[in-house]
Amino acid sequence: MPAMNDPVDVLIIGAGASGAAVAWSLADTRMHILCMDQGGWMNPAHYPSTGRDWEARFYGDYSPSPNIRARPEDYPVNDDDSPIKVVNFNGVGGSTVMYTAHFPRLHPSDFRVKTLDGVADDWPIDYDTLAPFFAENDRIMGVSGLAGDPAFPPTAPPMPPLPLGKSGARLAKAMNKLGWHWWPSDTTVATTDYEGRARCINLGHCTPACAQGAKASTDITYWPLALRAGVELRTHCRVREITTNEHGMAAGVVYYDQDGVEQFQGAEVVVVACNGIGTPRLLLNSASVRFPDGLANSSGLVGKNLMFHPYAQLYGYVDEVTDSNRGPPVCLWSKQFYETDLSRGFVRGYAFQFGRGVGPVFEAVTSEARGLLPWGADHHAAFRRLNGHRLAISAICEDLPEEHNRVTLDSVLKDSHGIPAPKVDYTIGENSAKMMAHGIARAREVLDAAGATEISVNSPILYGGWHLFGTARMGSDPARSVVNEWGRAHDVKNLFIVDGSVFVTSGGVNPTSTIQAIALYIADQMKSRLANLFD
Amino acid sequence: MPETTLTPAQRDDLQAIARIMIPESREYDVPGADDAAIQADILSTMGRDTAAVRAALDHLTRLAGRPLAQLDEARRGAVGREFRATGGAAAATLTRVILQCYYRDDRVLRSLNLELRPPFPKGYEMEQGDWSLLDPVKARPLTWRKAP
Repeated sequence: MPAMNDPVDVLIIGAGASGAAVAWSLADTRMHILCMDQGGWMNPAHYPSTGRDWEARFYGDYSPSPNIRARPEDYPVNDDDSPIKVVNFNGVGGSTVMYTAHFPRLHPSDFRVKTLDGVADDWPIDYDTLAPFFAENDRIMGVSGLAGDPAFPPTAPPMPPLPLGKSGARLAKAMNKLGWHWWPSDTTVATTDYEGRARCINLGHCTPACAQGAKASTDITYWPLALRAGVELRTHCRVREITTNEHGMAAGVVYYDQDGVEQFQGAEVVVVACNGIGTPRLLLNSASVRFPDGLANSSGLVGKNLMFHPYAQLYGYVDEVTDSNRGPPVCLWSKQFYETDLSRGFVRGYAFQFGRGVGPVFEAVTSEARGLLPWGADHHAAFRRLNGHRLAISAICEDLPEEHNRVTLDSVLKDSHGIPAPKVDYTIGENSAKMMAHGIARAREVLDAAGATEISVNSPILYGGWHLFGTARMGSDPARSVVNEWGRAHDVKNLFIVDGSVFVTSGGVNPTSTIQAIALYIADQMKSRLANLFD
Repeated sequence: MPETTLTPAQRDDLQAIARIMIPESREYDVPGADDAAIQADILSTMGRDTAAVRAALDHLTRLAGRPLAQLDEARRGAVGREFRATGGAAAATLTRVILQCYYRDDRVLRSLNLELRPPFPKGYEMEQGDWSLLDPVKARPLTWRKAP
């Protein structure tokens, strides 16, 4: 019998991008709000860029892969049957601790793919519904960017964009030569001092956490605000399952505390914010006599329709020195091929992300693996030709939902508490494959126009499963979706899901901005319906 | 034997394969990857990679048939090429472990005109670049697709 805790009004599971946003938004209700995370608070003094081994740690304790990183806070993922491996981070801030801070929004067309292009399903909400929440999120996370992008509806980033730098200017010239769209990326890297955060000083190594605190992760944006407003955050608590009562409502959760002791936490409302792998894992692990196929799974769609963003990456080398690791990797984006053009042979589209270059260890490891960097006496001259001269482009391709792409529970693999781990079965669909091929061809044209040589293709990026969608999809039809148009589970009226798993389609841009806007929107819906939330 | 250590024979092979991979260069004034300080760095920091490094060295031993350092130069080169081609994930890990220690060595970084420090707290300067490059893009018509 697990130990009992006093029940709370709202229990949020996961303190990452979406959980933090929901906690902050709900705080003004003055309800007793508790958030649990399986990880703890991060200490920026220990982040990789503070040490001479800053690049090596990307292959170890700051690997984006939970399987490689294997911190006690991580859970393993069986992704053997996927050409794209899952990457994430577990701790206060979640994957915002280890993201690149690229911060585009889904386009208006992304919410209407069935109507516009006859594929997948329309979302039950649209861009205009989310617009005020995008703006609010931009303010709290702190977005740097430039208004006026002709490829996107009007926005108003609160800080100016990152510098073009040497790499951005060279790529911009190439894009202009081709007559293609480009724009400085929206990013959550602060370009000015902002709300207590120090401005970016170009540590360069943004993805594995920012020691300067210039990159917005929710541990330094939403969480200080939410805690000040009275939200309780309990760290190192790993939730095993959501339990239900005789009315088929969520009763609370069984979890393991920091000492590994099994506990029960009751709650009037449960909010799941564990993203596209963790959320279906938890729902499937919450199977019971009442919900034998997993919680909120009467549609049979929990875990199905998993989408990544398949990334096709190219890089090459130019004669002049690039920014390499001396600036944030986020640089420019292009929406030249974002909207559907059937003459390309596929529906939907992709965005380009442009990279400034890499540090010496990463250059050596990747170019050696590609055969560009020889062994022996020629090694030194070759390395000096490559190092500090790289430009990179990635096509981030929209993935369409397919039910056979799915998350299930592994029959053998378990985490350190003995909880069944998720298993991913995924193949790249035909439309996505055509899109990637198109992206590779166009990216090669860009690199050619930039004067780059020795071009390498990395497609799909193996450890590129940053973006995890679709496994608890949103919709108005309970037979075809897991949550309704305001995030409540069709089957369990006090259970909400607020993360990337509710995405109906993936779009072709990094999703954190949209995930957080959806979380704020759902929280707002909850607040506006408090009197009849369970009707 | 502790999990984080190699046998003397494995250390010799590690040093020998490192020398094949990155030999000393007088032209660039850099040590080889077999340099004692770099080898010490590898041994003291390989940590979670130790099992893969051992597996790679076992594969190397099978290919060489004897300690790598005892082979003549031509045969060492041939074994190195075969190791690189057939060693799989373990060889890739060994290669990466050598490279990540080599390219943080003071003498090597100095030769590359890189500063001997971590990125934080000093950071780097990055130039703004020519923002007039954006003028033709600003002049483009709106291209985002309206949705019903």
